[in-house]
Amino acid sequence: MNQWEVVIGIETHAQLATVSKIFSGASTAFGAAPNTQACAVDLALPGVLPVLNKKAVECAIRFGLAIGAEVAPKSVFARKNYFYPDLPKGYQISQMDLPVVVGGNITLQVGQGDKAYEKVVRLTRAHLEEDAGKSLHEDFQGKSGIDLNRAGTPLLEIVSEPDMRSSDEAVAYAKSLHALVQWIGICDGNMQEGSFRCDANVSVRPKGQAEFGTRREIKNLNSFRFLKEAIDFEVQWQINEIEEGRRIVQATVLFDPDTGETRMMRSKEDAHDYRYFPDPDLLPLVISSEWMARVQGELPELPGQMRERFVSELGLSAYDASALTASQEIAGFFQATVAGAGKANAKPCANWVMVDLAARLNKEGKDIADSPVSATQLAGLILRIADNTISNNIAKKVFEALWNGEGASADEVIDKQGLKQITDSGAIASLVDEVLAANPANVAEFKAGKEKAFNALVGQVMKAAKGKANPQQVNDLLKQKLAG
Amino acid sequence: MINASLKQLSQALAARQISSVELSTLFLDRIERLNPTLNAFVTVDREKSLLMARAADARIAAGTAGPLTGIPIAQKDIFCAEGWTTTCGSKMLANFVSPYDATVIHKMHAEAGLVSLGKTNMDEFAMGSSNETSFFGPVRNPWDSSRVPGGSSGGSAAAVAARLAPAATGTDTGGSIRQPAALCNLTGLKPTYGVVSRYGMIAFASSLDQAGPMAASAEDCALLLNTMVGFDERDSTSLDRPVEDYTAGLDKPLNGLRIGLPKEFFGEGCDAEVMAAVRAAIAEYEKLGATTVEVSLPNSHLSVPAYYVIAPAEASSNLSRFDGARYGYRAPDYANLEQMYEKTRAQGFGAEVKRRIMIGAYVLSHGYYDAYYLQAQRIRRLIADDFVAAFKQCDVIMGPTSPSTAFKLGEKAADPVQMYLSDIYTIAVNLAGLPGMSVPCGFVGGLPVGLQLIGNYFAEGQLLNVAHRYQQATDWHQRRAVIA
Repeated sequence: MNQWEVVIGIETHAQLATVSKIFSGASTAFGAAPNTQACAVDLALPGVLPVLNKKAVECAIRFGLAIGAEVAPKSVFARKNYFYPDLPKGYQISQMDLPVVVGGNITLQVGQGDKAYEKVVRLTRAHLEEDAGKSLHEDFQGKSGIDLNRAGTPLLEIVSEPDMRSSDEAVAYAKSLHALVQWIGICDGNMQEGSFRCDANVSVRPKGQAEFGTRREIKNLNSFRFLKEAIDFEVQWQINEIEEGRRIVQATVLFDPDTGETRMMRSKEDAHDYRYFPDPDLLPLVISSEWMARVQGELPELPGQMRERFVSELGLSAYDASALTASQEIAGFFQATVAGAGKANAKPCANWVMVDLAARLNKEGKDIADSPVSATQLAGLILRIADNTISNNIAKKVFEALWNGEGASADEVIDKQGLKQITDSGAIASLVDEVLAANPANVAEFKAGKEKAFNALVGQVMKAAKGKANPQQVNDLLKQKLAG
Repeated sequence: MINASLKQLSQALAARQISSVELSTLFLDRIERLNPTLNAFVTVDREKSLLMARAADARIAAGTAGPLTGIPIAQKDIFCAEGWTTTCGSKMLANFVSPYDATVIHKMHAEAGLVSLGKTNMDEFAMGSSNETSFFGPVRNPWDSSRVPGGSSGGSAAAVAARLAPAATGTDTGGSIRQPAALCNLTGLKPTYGVVSRYGMIAFASSLDQAGPMAASAEDCALLLNTMVGFDERDSTSLDRPVEDYTAGLDKPLNGLRIGLPKEFFGEGCDAEVMAAVRAAIAEYEKLGATTVEVSLPNSHLSVPAYYVIAPAEASSNLSRFDGARYGYRAPDYANLEQMYEKTRAQGFGAEVKRRIMIGAYVLSHGYYDAYYLQAQRIRRLIADDFVAAFKQCDVIMGPTSPSTAFKLGEKAADPVQMYLSDIYTIAVNLAGLPGMSVPCGFVGGLPVGLQLIGNYFAEGQLLNVAHRYQQATDWHQRRAVIA
């Protein structure tokens, strides 16, 4: 394994979040009864013609601008000809020689902690095309059913350069892309419904070799886990083949999630000649600089820009900044929390959002958008920690109370439940005295040099204070009295 | 009434000398009597026609009629019309009832109030120059029933020439309006590409197809064209231009008109007597105040080969939708999907259509695309440039429409290349996207000869004016075939 280098390029089909199809007025909503969302154009009745949906083009422009690519001032739709029952026209309208987006790149964070590193993946192109319908091979007793609801759904096919060198990098790329298309509002990212699916081109070569090995393409991976499993299996399979003296033959393969294996779908020899040519029903797509400027003006701050700002303005680590820009929702929540708690508290805000809130949401299977604790409430809580009104431990209680709707704000919960931290040194001193008097054994152990006994005494004082005593003051006073 | 012009019919309807129901019945009866000999119509539906006629009479009574409301016309069976069988001359669509109206049909029915008498025979999928490739049998030329009417709009031409309809629609991809008009003594106009919507017109070669009127005179064509044109958001190649009234300039004098005579149209390859009739017509124009100038279209000899690459290429893809899956013909016996396609298409298409699909698939295939398709596109550009240069020296170009008069049924059917050369003078106009007309200009051996007029882009009004003035001075267009 160690003398082999893995080379991966990824093609992604992102379904664009338009209301209607790319070349017709039919709805793109998911889940309708079969063939109820297929109009004359989608059915390819004789005589019908395609008309390009401008919203789909705007999605492509958004994407191009977001990855720093060239948005082509002129691109061309081409017909990809092949016969299949779920392809009503007998050709798919796509883009071939002149795609709408050329170049660009995406910066990824790969791995976590010490092993984390940043990687830039270059993109080759992205082009607009229409999806096909669905063939339903079950439930029809020897016949196949065709559902054309999906036919004509707009897709952006995003093609990366073969820049990834491990399945981890491939997954990090797919996740970054997945986050980005949702961030800029062009795709709902729903992988179960097929809104975002990846094909991975995988090859291996001896380390140090300049030219690529022969690649095999794994089709239609619709989860990050399958992407990783499929690549890992494929890489090992290819290495074994080569080590056993066989050659890799260019092919398209499918991944079977049940067996965890890839299997051959067709070899290059079986590949179709798609007889691409410019679609004479559609004029070249011309994107003016004005149109591009308008779309640019509507773009939100991009995750990369935001990440840099979080590091430079808020002093967060690159890792935290990256985690907090995983989605618009998380970033929005975090920024609203900082707005309430102040920039000086950015680090605790980051921790609360990424750790405590995330864990709680995760436990309940909730999205941050549906968080029962609002950013304003969380900010209020963080402010009370910062000004020593409550300790971190008590804060967790207050957070839980807010989660359960036991108060409108942290202050209300603290007030109602009497959780205000005891900072009056007189009150703490008397608690300390009581504890020392009641636990002579611990005192003796401590004096005999057992450090652990000290912690037990701190625990006793906190217990007596119902957790509300300022821990630092308790420590200091205990030390004083024991020394005295 | 049978021989009346559209203007006369319009006046008679407005004056209540005749109702639309009476007028339509007159023609429907005539179709019933003469169509068995001519085979000009493939579908007639008296009930549907009379329903439209009654609606037209109501509009006339209510005072909401347009100039052509209530006038019956024939529709080439290439236009989808809701509730009408729409066959395109093919077995493939022999059972296809369109669920929607082509834009042209909608404009004529819903807006203009014209009454459709039925659907006219045509070469299968408009591929042919003699109307012999129709699944529904050949159409007979009313001037000599042993001869072809030309094609592909042969049914429309024969119907109007035999006065089974006052006027008709046609479509022209390489001469399919002009050549049958010439062979049947009609006036026919192919507009500038993009002037008439292609939505609902079954596509042969998308970048060349254009619908237009076929009638007894330029004035009738102008009136009919007024109802057909206009921007259509459902056709991306439709042009958004101000609407004009094509009858407005019909009477303009021709003093100073510069007629360009391409030397390539007056050399070899044309029947001498046909040429003599064309020259006589040009002499008549000089009497009307026009001057002539020799121009050159140096690449015109390449138009037939370029056309027979581009048109089949587009057709091979356009006709892929006829696969037996959703509508139209499906072979009765097949063992699997591949066989369903093979048998359906082998049985559903005629020989000429299959020939062109094969040529088209060949020229688009990997390794041949550059040598054929791209090269043909370059030639197409050169041909268009030739016209641009020629129109710097002249206002309108003239020459023969067809190199011969109507030929015998079966005469060229076995020799596709001879058949393709029937369109030698018309094809360049489609490649350049220009407007062209054919106007009756004499007889050779009792058979009509057509004069071709070619205008600059959007010069339909001027062409109609040039044709109309000629028809004021001559009576060729008023001669009627005597039908046994």
